[in-house]
Amino acid sequence: MAENTLARTPLYALHQSLGAKLTAFAGYDMPVQYPAGIIAEHLHTRTKASLFDVSHMGQVRLAGPDIAAKFEKLVPADVIGLADGRVRYTMFTNDRGGILDDLMVAKDGDVLRLVVNAGCKDADLAHMRDRLGVDAVTYFDQDALLALQGPQAASVLSRLAPDIDAMAFMSAAAVTLDGIACIVTRSGYTGEDGYEISVPGAMAEQLARRLLAEPEVAPAGLGARDTLRLEAGLCLYGSDIDETTTVIEANLAWTIQPRRRAEGGFAGAAVIQRELAEGPKRRRVGIKPEGRQIARGHTDIVDADGVVIGHVTSGGFGPSIEGAIAMGYVDTAHAKIGTDLGLQVRGATRPAQVAKLPFVPHRYFSSPVSGQP
Amino acid sequence: MSTVRYTKEHEWIRIDGDAAVIGITVFAQDQLGDIVFVDLPEVGRHVEKGKEAGVVESVKAASEVYAPATGDVTATNAALADDPAMVNKDPTGEGWFYKLKLADPKELDALMDEAAYTAFTASLT
Repeated sequence: MAENTLARTPLYALHQSLGAKLTAFAGYDMPVQYPAGIIAEHLHTRTKASLFDVSHMGQVRLAGPDIAAKFEKLVPADVIGLADGRVRYTMFTNDRGGILDDLMVAKDGDVLRLVVNAGCKDADLAHMRDRLGVDAVTYFDQDALLALQGPQAASVLSRLAPDIDAMAFMSAAAVTLDGIACIVTRSGYTGEDGYEISVPGAMAEQLARRLLAEPEVAPAGLGARDTLRLEAGLCLYGSDIDETTTVIEANLAWTIQPRRRAEGGFAGAAVIQRELAEGPKRRRVGIKPEGRQIARGHTDIVDADGVVIGHVTSGGFGPSIEGAIAMGYVDTAHAKIGTDLGLQVRGATRPAQVAKLPFVPHRYFSSPVSGQP
Repeated sequence: MSTVRYTKEHEWIRIDGDAAVIGITVFAQDQLGDIVFVDLPEVGRHVEKGKEAGVVESVKAASEVYAPATGDVTATNAALADDPAMVNKDPTGEGWFYKLKLADPKELDALMDEAAYTAFTASLT
């Protein structure tokens, strides 16, 4: 039986006791939703705070001499220049400028801490061991990862760690929560303020129950995680980005800092530098279908003459938008916001427009401006 | 006196003479989760038993809805356009999909009654 081969996170028993519907995702038996349902979980995250189990993701530590410089050969982000305690979003690239995986990297003194996608982690680990040496790579397969997301996440978590509401967005810190040594980053995948909390697997249920006991917090599953990230215009690896989409086509040029653009020195740099200078042939865009008709991934996109000019990579219902939303790739000539598109859904061409991303404004935490001149 | 029959694709059909009302079952809406769009056949369309007659979209996925019987569509539930969540709230009542004038009411004899359908869904979980 295939179900018996699925891995379980340290919170599996908690999910069952909360009445979750479980589904196979990247080899794990994961909660897709709880009894409240995807729309209620989504809206709760936008107004209060939701707890997600994202322990299926790969948590990796890189160490060794000049590790930041060596790691920069694999990713286009400036890692040498990343300040201690700060986090950056980047991606492993291939020689064609395509994306092997997207990831978060945190600088912790001489060490780099990564969070990579569940479905890519085996390939990522092989890639890093090959390029950085086996001894440089430590995979924390026993640790859990919790995401506490929403506008009330900071006030909730500061009850367990008083100064945590002052943490900068995209920063990392070692923090004791409920007596448990954790590593916390202020980051997420919902477009809201929030935290991702790395916690030893054996202590994960204690911490999760502690957080769920707070009145603002409710559990949310992978279904809500997907609708939240789509409204926030964030890419899902394997759908919106993959080995065939370049970093520039994916509209992720903002993740490449100036020194790396100038110097290159990462896989696919020649392709990426050329596309930065000349523009890509196609581009990832937001798409707003008219009405409630949903266009899912792989839907063909046509121009006014019915010629196929691209395809949808993620599409669904946006509970905060109360309508259909999508992302996809279109030829650059059709990528301007407001351009009319046709979506071929079940034999009919449905009207849509190129839309600004994100669909729902990001509400990340920004530190109060200091009084210094 | 109306009778209700069920398909293995989780549609229900309530029959009164040669008139029938069709929708999806409590089990189906629970499996689908939050329903956000229902694409119904136009009034006047002829549908064939077992063939696609519409689509129901949940947050998670699109699912085809099959005609449980052959006939002509006489009405559709226009309220679902603005409130598709009605299918979740009341799938066998206010959340009905469409009405049919049956070509052959005897076609329904092959479908499951409530006891058979309950046993069928129990075997799925």
